[in-house]
Amino acid sequence: MIARIFATAITEAHIARRNRWVLIAVVLMVVFSLVLSAVGSAPSGGLGADRLSITVASLTSLSVYLVPLVALLMSFDAVAGDVERGTLPLLLTYPVARWEVLAGKLVAHTGILIIALVTGYGAAALVALVSDPEAAAGLGALWRLTWTSTLLGATFLGIGYALSSLARRASGAAGLAIGLWLGLVVLYDLALLAAVVADNGGTFTTQVFPAALLANPADAFRLFNLTASQATAAASGIGAAAASITLWQSLLSVLLWPLIALGLATLAFRKVEA
Amino acid sequence: MKANQMTSTLTISHLTKAFGGVKALSDVSLHVAAGERVALLGHNGAGKSTLMKIILGLIPSDSGEISICGTAPGEAAARAKVAYLPENATFHSALTGLEQITYYLRLRGEDTSGAMALLDKVGLGHAAKRRIGTYSKGMRQRVGLAQTLIGHPSLLVLDEPTSGLDPVSRRDFYELLDALAADGAAILLSSHALTEVEARTDRLLILSGGRMVATGSLPELRREAALPVSMHITAINGYDTDILATWPNAIRVGKELRLDCAQEDKLATLARIASFKGKVADIDVIPPSLEDIYGHFSRRDGQ
Repeated sequence: MIARIFATAITEAHIARRNRWVLIAVVLMVVFSLVLSAVGSAPSGGLGADRLSITVASLTSLSVYLVPLVALLMSFDAVAGDVERGTLPLLLTYPVARWEVLAGKLVAHTGILIIALVTGYGAAALVALVSDPEAAAGLGALWRLTWTSTLLGATFLGIGYALSSLARRASGAAGLAIGLWLGLVVLYDLALLAAVVADNGGTFTTQVFPAALLANPADAFRLFNLTASQATAAASGIGAAAASITLWQSLLSVLLWPLIALGLATLAFRKVEA
Repeated sequence: MKANQMTSTLTISHLTKAFGGVKALSDVSLHVAAGERVALLGHNGAGKSTLMKIILGLIPSDSGEISICGTAPGEAAARAKVAYLPENATFHSALTGLEQITYYLRLRGEDTSGAMALLDKVGLGHAAKRRIGTYSKGMRQRVGLAQTLIGHPSLLVLDEPTSGLDPVSRRDFYELLDALAADGAAILLSSHALTEVEARTDRLLILSGGRMVATGSLPELRREAALPVSMHITAINGYDTDILATWPNAIRVGKELRLDCAQEDKLATLARIASFKGKVADIDVIPPSLEDIYGHFSRRDGQ
């Protein structure tokens, strides 16, 4: 079983390397991280926090957008591409289970994501550590950001595989992936904010809003990182209602989402006819 | 027949499959013994690919029984023993031939050091480290062929295996098949062309409109079809009217007179033609062609 999963992972790694996905992911993360750390250096004195913690807070806001995008870009072709190329029927006649194929792709894509995250965050952290002797205090926050980003990436990889299985065409899957990214990462928060403003502190704000934040993997990721570094109010802009969500609740959402997404992906892939 | 069934690698009985009310296969039964090379013939849409996909466990059947070395299609045990070559084999264009074969070796739990030897066997050693995206159709087909040779399969299911291969590669391909069959592998391959498979297979199966319309060796099918023999007679100038008077059914084609007769009347007819000594310049006896025999069996209902 493990051997078959790694067989697929090695093959997917070859493909991702040839298709420049490794390079694209790493360059995206490094460039955006460095730009943010340069921009974020200005207000550090005013908040009285060390430079690295400030950088991590900025990186958290960046990662909410960037990590799901990179994950979806890597995964939208995973099943639909195989269906379109006609390579799937032959693969499915091999003594390998469908979930093992997906797991192999996940291992490879998550590995690439980790490389991109470590180089991107690492570059930003290096800048902070060099320029501020107190910055080592933020290393805990950086570690937390790294592993939660990996889980956020795995969640969106799983969602990407599910969409790829449902669409069965790479072009359709790409459209669904971009739509979903816009919906979950951009429009979702805008809609929630609009509802909170309209509700003006009513039951929606106190009851529905916290649950809605936890139900979205990207929001849960942001909440967990900001709550853990006690920077909710400073950086999220979501306000007091979000503060009512405790750390364990957002942690649970961050941990559960990858499993849910992979479950959905497996179910969707099982329905793909060879 | 009985001996065959005792060592049968693939046995199918009364298989039926419909797609949305349209029957793709009705009551199909067949068996392929270990070491036997069987060709599956039929028009496009006759049900060849559907039958193969059911054998491979890629799609379920509606009714009927299939046994592959005693296991059901699609089970892990069956998949471990069956190799498949799809029609127009395709692979990820970013992988090299070597990487692709190495992947398949890993999935079957075989030693990956054998990858180069497999590619050499199908004549792709020189291109092993090039991307499959740069390969010709024939080269891709040979990658497909190489992966069917992994790990001594008991049953090979080959869908139009020689499409895209040049004549020399075809000959090499059938030599590989002969070696596999000699090792005890059962081989089921589909083809459009009877002329190509007749000398290289032990038995023929003809599917038409989802039904098995004929099974047997070529001599058996020839006897069963009982198609007429055609005699092409060239008369010496002026004497063709004598011949036409004897056989009013003969047709004039150019300088020849063409006459059909049943297999059992062949010798008697020849003897009568011989009696026209001095009036007949030449005679050719044309047995029914392979395409005629194939056409006889695969003619669809109402055509």
